[in-house]
Amino acid sequence: MAEAALRKVTKRFGETVAVSDVSLEVSDGEFVVLLGPTGAGKTTTLRLFAGLEHPEEGQVEIAGHDVTQLAPAQRDIAFVFQQYSLYPHYTVFENLAFPLKAPGRRLSSAAIKKRVTEIAEMLRIESKLKNRATELSGGEMQRVSIGRALVREPSLFLMDEPLSSLDAKLREDLRVELKRIQRELGATIVYVTHDQLEAMTLADRIGVLAEGELVQVDAPREIYERPANIYAAQRLGSPQINLLELGALAIQDAPDGAKTIGVRPEDVVINGGGVGAKVLTIEHLGVESIALLDVAGSQVHALLGARTRLREGEEVMASVRPGAELFFDRSERRLDGAARRGDAAHED
Amino acid sequence: MSARSTAYSVGESSTWTKWIAAVLVIGYALVAMIPLVWIGMTGFKSPPDSIAYPPKVFFEPTLEGYVNLFTTRSRQTDEYIESLGPPETWYDELVRERNMVITGPSRFADRYKNSIVIGFGSTFLAVFLGTLAAYGFSRFKVPLKDDLLFFILSTRMMPPIAVAIPIFLMYRELGLSDTALGMILLYTAVNLSLAVWLLKGFVDEIPREYEEAAVVDGYTRFQAFYKVVLPQMRSGIAATAIFCLIFAWNEYAFALLLTSGEAQTAPPFIPIIIGEGGLDWPAVAAGTTVFLLPVVIFTVLLRNQLLRGITFGAIRK
Ligand SMILES: Nc1ncnc2c1ncn2[C@@H]1O[C@H](COP(=O)(O)OP(=O)(O)OP(=O)(O)O)[C@@H](O)[C@H]1O
Ligand SMILES: [Mg+2]
Repeated sequence: MAEAALRKVTKRFGETVAVSDVSLEVSDGEFVVLLGPTGAGKTTTLRLFAGLEHPEEGQVEIAGHDVTQLAPAQRDIAFVFQQYSLYPHYTVFENLAFPLKAPGRRLSSAAIKKRVTEIAEMLRIESKLKNRATELSGGEMQRVSIGRALVREPSLFLMDEPLSSLDAKLREDLRVELKRIQRELGATIVYVTHDQLEAMTLADRIGVLAEGELVQVDAPREIYERPANIYAAQRLGSPQINLLELGALAIQDAPDGAKTIGVRPEDVVINGGGVGAKVLTIEHLGVESIALLDVAGSQVHALLGARTRLREGEEVMASVRPGAELFFDRSERRLDGAARRGDAAHED
Repeated sequence: MSARSTAYSVGESSTWTKWIAAVLVIGYALVAMIPLVWIGMTGFKSPPDSIAYPPKVFFEPTLEGYVNLFTTRSRQTDEYIESLGPPETWYDELVRERNMVITGPSRFADRYKNSIVIGFGSTFLAVFLGTLAAYGFSRFKVPLKDDLLFFILSTRMMPPIAVAIPIFLMYRELGLSDTALGMILLYTAVNLSLAVWLLKGFVDEIPREYEEAAVVDGYTRFQAFYKVVLPQMRSGIAATAIFCLIFAWNEYAFALLLTSGEAQTAPPFIPIIIGEGGLDWPAVAAGTTVFLLPVVIFTVLLRNQLLRGITFGAIRK
């Protein structure tokens, strides 16, 4: 059952088309991540769900009802904003209680207290309840703003880069926690980020946004392996997918209409035959190493094991794991029927 | 790193610099306060002391100025005063030493009350209307917004007294001359442009996300304004209120022109406190001192808000 959906929704700001003809269905208990670079229309898409923006065309549905004409308060949603989500003049407790005290909810103050305490414990901020919102660390603030969404049990959670202002370590912690909480509550979440790692780890499905258009919506692995086009292929994977001219790296059997070949760095094989290449740089990152190769004038990234003996300036042979290459046509769309990655070793 | 080197690190100033800064600030404060202190002192001098030359710094304090400020008196013969019997109060006694008797209260208390009603009334109105207008200009799509804002500001581009004659005639026609309502409306009109502009700056600084979060959580727009925006505008409102009050409180020209009896405020009244044989300087000084108090108290009460507000958002978190 679709818990929430956008149906052919378009939103313009003057000349800018922020969201263009987007259709997206989110099922009950699903975690959908919208991924895209800055200005792609991620925030606008969330705001359309929330009713903070009104679409020029199309419908918004939540919990099976057309809510296109409804005000945000009537939509039964919770929103975690990209920034500024806590009220500085309130304590943490008051911030968490604020959504519960809204007119029409009519909860007793004992019930409010109980619920806030529960959520604070879940997010491990119970010792900070009496602090002012401004007296928190960045990580605690983010927890509280996520908590503000969690105190209610809305049909749909909307989260706009809730972890973006945190350092890497904290981000990872909160990411894991958020996923755990989502599973525990069975919450339906639309989550926005431009961080591919966040998208890969959190999402049941990822929606790739490009300039207001939804390029592809699929499971993370599916997008990684079968991207709809070059843009989607570039969004996932680090280093990015190598894009090569037809015929490079001795790749054959290109389907009709192919113009570009995409090869993931982990699919580049060194010294297993192929064509001559020169190692330009090599970066050791601990568990893996990234080599930048010069193959007949084009630069190719290759992902190697941690213990590679390659040196800068060395001459090697480079090829592609058979069947791992992706073919894209003139309009950058992936050609179907082309290669699937075959190696079972990758299927861990 | 030694403790010594941290003491001279960038953020923290050394003891020496602090001392120099303190001396400079206190020195400036003293210079700036000399006229105020002099007025305060003059209020407690006797009339001869107040015009003595060279000026007296040390003198015998008396409450004569304050008594004269609040009373009207008439000169009487010694026989008459003796026939009254012993003075009933300390101020009767004070007045009789100068061969006078108190004939009643002066009009100062009424004028002072007018000042309070008109000053605080117009400040409240200007800030109230200004807050709503500023919120509207900041958050809504108002047609011709920029032109309207410029128009509002343009009312401040000439000295208000330039429109004195038209306002005088208008008020006479409308029956607003010499009424508290008329003065409140006038001061509100003059202050409103300042209030709208100052407050709009403060509303602009408050991220919309706060209200949007409240609206998503189930609050109406007005509740979001009341519960989320207004508390964060506190320092801005305080700063604006003080500016408005200071203008309305000190305004002299319109008060002189438009009020003469009923609604006269303190500023045009104080200079015409006439004593025996010329101006009664201690009474004028006493009036000025009492006149200063409300603004001082108001400012002290709001000082915490003001410190943050007066930087106009520059240092606000
Ligand atoms: N209120 C607005 N008025 C005018 N243009 C807007 C408005 N909001 C968004 N836009 C435009 O719409 C486009 C999409 O903006 P949006 O905020 O959705 O991007 P985003 O994907 O969230 O980016 P980011 O990662 O930087 O947050 C941008 O080109 C932006 O300039
Ligand atoms: Mg955004």
